[in-house]
Amino acid sequence: MSSELMIEMKNVHKWFGELHVLNDINLEINKGEKIVICGPSGSGKSTLIRCINRLEEHQRGNIIVEGTELTNDSRSIERIRGEVGMVFQQFNLFPHLSILDNCSLAPIWVRKLPKAEAKDKAMEYLKRVQIDDQAHKYPAQLSGGQQQRAAIARALCMEPRIMLFDEPTSALDPEMIKEVLDVMVGLAQGGMTMIVVTHEMGFAKEVADSIIFMDEGQIVEAKNPKDFFDNPESERTKTFLSQIL
Amino acid sequence: MSTANKEIGPPVIELGAMGWLRKNLFSNWYNSLLTVFGLYLLYILIPPLVNWIFLDANFVGSTRDDCTNEGACWIFIQQNIKLIFYGLYPTEELWRINFVYLILLISGVYLLIPNLKYKGWVGAFLLIIFPIICVVMLSGGLGLEAVETRLWGGLFLTLVIAGVGIVLSLPIGVMLALGRRSKLPVVSILCTIFIEIWRGVPLITVLFMASNMFPLFMPEGVNFDKLIRALIGVMFFSAAYLAEVVRGGLQAMPKGQYEASQAVGLTYWRMMALVILPQSLKMVIPAIIGSFIAIFKDTTLVLVIGLFDFLGIIQFVGTNPDWLGFSHEGYVFAAAVFWVFCYAMSWYSQRLEKKLDTGR
Repeated sequence: MSSELMIEMKNVHKWFGELHVLNDINLEINKGEKIVICGPSGSGKSTLIRCINRLEEHQRGNIIVEGTELTNDSRSIERIRGEVGMVFQQFNLFPHLSILDNCSLAPIWVRKLPKAEAKDKAMEYLKRVQIDDQAHKYPAQLSGGQQQRAAIARALCMEPRIMLFDEPTSALDPEMIKEVLDVMVGLAQGGMTMIVVTHEMGFAKEVADSIIFMDEGQIVEAKNPKDFFDNPESERTKTFLSQIL
Repeated sequence: MSTANKEIGPPVIELGAMGWLRKNLFSNWYNSLLTVFGLYLLYILIPPLVNWIFLDANFVGSTRDDCTNEGACWIFIQQNIKLIFYGLYPTEELWRINFVYLILLISGVYLLIPNLKYKGWVGAFLLIIFPIICVVMLSGGLGLEAVETRLWGGLFLTLVIAGVGIVLSLPIGVMLALGRRSKLPVVSILCTIFIEIWRGVPLITVLFMASNMFPLFMPEGVNFDKLIRALIGVMFFSAAYLAEVVRGGLQAMPKGQYEASQAVGLTYWRMMALVILPQSLKMVIPAIIGSFIAIFKDTTLVLVIGLFDFLGIIQFVGTNPDWLGFSHEGYVFAAAVFWVFCYAMSWYSQRLEKKLDTGR
């Protein structure tokens, strides 16, 4: 695997008021790597990935995405958001637009693609997540699993180089989790750089190059899946694993 | 068991007209009592009203002496119809107003018919070119004789004030709402102050200020048309109310919609125009139309600064010695016309809500 550095976080700190939600985060992610982040709720894992596309602002340290440092400069934020796709726990599709329009909106307005081309591309990605037959429906008419796949297609339509997943299956009914995970596995096999916050340990075992365990704003442990599950070092990791496995 | 169940229909008592009556009007003793009382009220109110307005009314004639029947004297309205609809606008120039009405009517009907092409262009025409046509046609210029605004009046003036107020106040209101929620403290504070000042003052005061005090602040010789001053007053007044309505809609938006828009790279203005405002405005359509209806009716207050709107001119013609004593007819007619316009807005609001509903 080529070792082109995609994301670099150096001594990143963040506070919500007095609460130290990110405490000295250091992280390097290479092109094509798949990182799974897990940890108890409130451990800062969502905040960590939300810092990467500036949905949250870090207060100390440096975050460099594809050679561009995240600062308050809106151009650098826009450039990075163009390269980083994000999938949310609550899907966050735009309810007033059809699935097709959800997917073609940003390519048309941000990438400035001609309408027809943007819609073709949207159909292509909807086919890839297997909901092209729902393209003209509105989000409210789809099941949760279909909505989440549509949200993945929407992110992919911007042809990002990095994909962030913030607990993508946590809001889904159990029978729909698999269809979403299948899409994510397919994406991972296609070579996408991915950071996934999830408790789906089966998924982590199958695709992760590295699993990061976070607690109280710190990265407690970062290992390949085999070592992570077989030889966790820290007590906190052991306790966490015993609770979820 | 299950096959037997299918053959059992609902109880007969629930079905048909009798079922409906029983369920809705006579379900228990106090419901029955209310029904009977309601019917009695209708019985004592409706027949005399119908008699006065239609059956015993006078429709044909040209002077008050032709009103020989017991009922309403609609000849009073008929004989003054030009004043009531157009004010003192010169008779030979009335075609200009009617021409503007005609354009408005045609494009309005076009927009109401579903599934026609080029609606966007018609809408753009109405919002951008039509106002220019209005100004030229109504006040003069380009070879048309100038008609001073002091001659404008009647329903025409009401429509001008309400139309300008409604059309301009919505975009201003939206900008004020966005400004009030801005992260920049200066913008936010200025918008808040602006909104709260206009909302804290009665419209009648705004109109007095526009009419009497505004000229005091202006350098000598500079003088805006009185109608324009009233229009500006009505516009900002309405915009301040709309701003709060729109802000309510913005606050009801889930945070995820902002985050999803940002994550796909939309800039602030695109996010607002493409994702946030379409949804939040849709949510507050009933309140927005409510504001519009209020403004439409509040235009009657311009009478206090000497502009003769629809209601004002009806009161005015009622003071004509030839037509003294017909104020009832005037007020009933005014009420009917106001109701038609306001109900049309309300109907359109419901239609729009249904059309835009895509579920959540």
